Amino acid sequence: MEIGQTFTFAALGIQFLVGLSRAMILFIVSAGMSFVLGVLRVPNIAHGSLYMIGAFSAFTISNLLGGGPGGFWMALILAPFVVAVVALIAERSLFCHLYEREHLMLLLFTFALMLILGDLVKIFWGADYRSIMAPDMLRGSVSIFGSPFPRYNLFILIIGPLVAVGIWFFSNKTKVGKIARAAAVDREMVGAIGINVSWVFAFAFVLGCFLAGLGGALVSPTTSISLGMDHDIIMEAFLIVTIGGLGNMWGALVGSLIFGLSQAFGILFWPQFAIVFPYIAVAIILIWRPRGMLKSVW
Amino acid sequence: MIRFQTKFHKEPNLVRGIFSLRSLVFPGVVFVVLLILPPIIPRFYTYTLAVILETALLAMSLNMLVGHGGLFQFHHGVFYGVGAYTVALILTKTPLPTWVALIAGPLMAALTGLVIGWFCVRLSKLYFGMLQISLGSLVWAVVFRWYRLTNGDDGIHGIPMPPFITSQSSVYYFILIVFAICLIVMYLIFKSPFGATLQAIRDNPERCEAIGVNVRRHQLIAIIIATFFAGIAGDLFVVLEGSVFPDLLFWVLSLEIFIMCLLGGWFTFAGPILGATIMVSLRTFVGIYTEYWTLILGIILILLIFFLPEGVWGYVLEKFHSQPKEAIEKGSV
Repeated sequence: MEIGQTFTFAALGIQFLVGLSRAMILFIVSAGMSFVLGVLRVPNIAHGSLYMIGAFSAFTISNLLGGGPGGFWMALILAPFVVAVVALIAERSLFCHLYEREHLMLLLFTFALMLILGDLVKIFWGADYRSIMAPDMLRGSVSIFGSPFPRYNLFILIIGPLVAVGIWFFSNKTKVGKIARAAAVDREMVGAIGINVSWVFAFAFVLGCFLAGLGGALVSPTTSISLGMDHDIIMEAFLIVTIGGLGNMWGALVGSLIFGLSQAFGILFWPQFAIVFPYIAVAIILIWRPRGMLKSVW
Repeated sequence: MIRFQTKFHKEPNLVRGIFSLRSLVFPGVVFVVLLILPPIIPRFYTYTLAVILETALLAMSLNMLVGHGGLFQFHHGVFYGVGAYTVALILTKTPLPTWVALIAGPLMAALTGLVIGWFCVRLSKLYFGMLQISLGSLVWAVVFRWYRLTNGDDGIHGIPMPPFITSQSSVYYFILIVFAICLIVMYLIFKSPFGATLQAIRDNPERCEAIGVNVRRHQLIAIIIATFFAGIAGDLFVVLEGSVFPDLLFWVLSLEIFIMCLLGGWFTFAGPILGATIMVSLRTFVGIYTEYWTLILGIILILLIFFLPEGVWGYVLEKFHSQPKEAIEKGSV
C-alpha cells in the first residue's frame, strides 16, 4: 500500500489536467444521458452500449478510409451519426410505443436494449481489442509545468467546452431545444399546445445517444476499444447525472468535474484504491445534498 | 386506515389464517416434486435446480424491497456478495467452524444493509437508488482492490466445506431446505402487520406519514431484513460453488436480479421465483447452443414488456386466479 509519489506542483498540475480531460469525456457522455433523463425521464441503461458502438464504428470508419488522419477526422464526425441512426431505429420501432407504460418498464426496456446492442457489437466486431491511431498533429506530448502531457488530452480539453457551448446554444437559442426543455418540465402542456410530443421524445433520445457516440469516438484513440466499455462508463455517467441534478446539463458538467478530478487525484495519492475515490465523492455529495448539486428539472 | 385494509389485505385470507389449506397445495406439490427429483434427473439438472433456488432466494429478498416496499434497491448484489465473502473469509482465514461462518454471513450482510440503508432511506426514489449504487460500488471497489484480504479479482477458490454438504445431492437438499424455510419466513413477514404497513408505504408514503407511521424506520427495518436474506443467498452460493469473486458485488448482477423481479411480477409474492427460473434457465440452456444468449434474453425481455407488462406470474395470477388487480395500481410505485 505505497502512498503516491512525491507531490510536486508539476505532478499535481499534470494530474489536474488529466482529470480535467477525463471529465470532458465524461461530460459529453453524461450530458447525453442527462438530456434523455430530463425529457424522457428514463435512465437509459443502453447509453453505455451506444458509447461503445460509437467507439467501434469510429474504428471501422477510420479503417475503411485508410487509417490516415483523414480517416480519423471522418470517423470523429460520422461515428456519432451512426449511433444516432441506431438510436432512431430503436426508438421509432420499439421504444416509442412504451411511453405510456410504467416507469420501471421503460428502465427494463433500456436494459433489454443494452443486452441486445452488446451482443450485436460482439457479432459485428468480435471480442478482439481494437485501437485507433490519432493523426500526427495530435500524437506525442507537449511540455506543461516541465512534465509531458499528451497532446490528445489537450485536444479533448478544447473539444469539451465547445460541446458544452454547443449544447447551451442548442437548448437555449433554437426552437427545437426550447421545445425539448419545455417537454422536460411539463409534457402534457407541450402536447396541449399542438406539438407532437412523441417526436420531441424521439429527437431528445437520438440527440442524447448522438452525444454518447461522440464520446465513444473521442475516447477511442486513448484506450483500447473492447467489449465491456459500456459497463465501465454507464455507472459513472449515472452517478454524474445524479450528483449534478437529474436532467440538468450544467449539473452534468459539475458532476463530471468532480468525478474526473477525484479519480485523477486518487491515482496520485493512493493508486491501489484510486477507483474508490469517485464513489466516496459521490456518496458525500448525495448525503450532503440529497437532490444533487444543481436544480433538477424533475 | 380503513382504506388500506380493504385495499391491500385480502380479508378472507386473514380471517381463515395466513396459511389456508388451498393456498398450501401448490407450493406443497412443488416442494415434494423438488424433493424426489434429484435421483431421477441427470446431475447437471440437479445443479441447475440448486442454482435456480439460490438465485430465487436472492430475487425474493430483493422483491421484499422493490415490489412490496417500493424502494429502488438498485444494488442488492452487494449484500449477497458481502454475505458470500464473509463466509469465504471466515472459512479460509480462521479456524472457526462452518456454522459460525454460515451465521456470520447473513449477519454481516444485514449489518452492511443497516449502514448503507441508514444513509439511503433519507433519500427518495431514484436518488435512493443512486446513493445505494455509489455506496455499493464503494464496497465492490474495496473488495476488488484489497488483494491482501480478498485476492482481488481472482476471488477465493476451494473453500473447504464440512462433509455433510460436500456431495452434490446433499448440497441440493441443504439449499432446498434453507430455501423452503426462508420462503415460509418471508411469507409470514409479507402477511404480517409489518408487511402490510410496508405495502401501504409503497402505495402512499405521505398518507402513512400522516397517520403516524415512521416511514423511514419501517423502510430501514425492511432493508435489514431483506439484506439478511440476501446474505443467506450468499451462504448458499458459497455452499454450492465453493468459491467467491468480486463480480458478485458488481452492479450488473444487481441489475439482473432487479430484472428478475420485474420479469416474474414484482407485485406478487412468488413472481421473483419465476423470474429467477426464467433467467437462470435461459442462461444455462440457451448458453449451451449459442454464445449470444444475452441477445435472446434481450429479445424475450422486450416481448415480455410488450405483452406481459405485469410480469409472468402477475399475468398467470390475473388470468387463472381471477383475482382483482387491486395491488397493481398504475403509477403508484
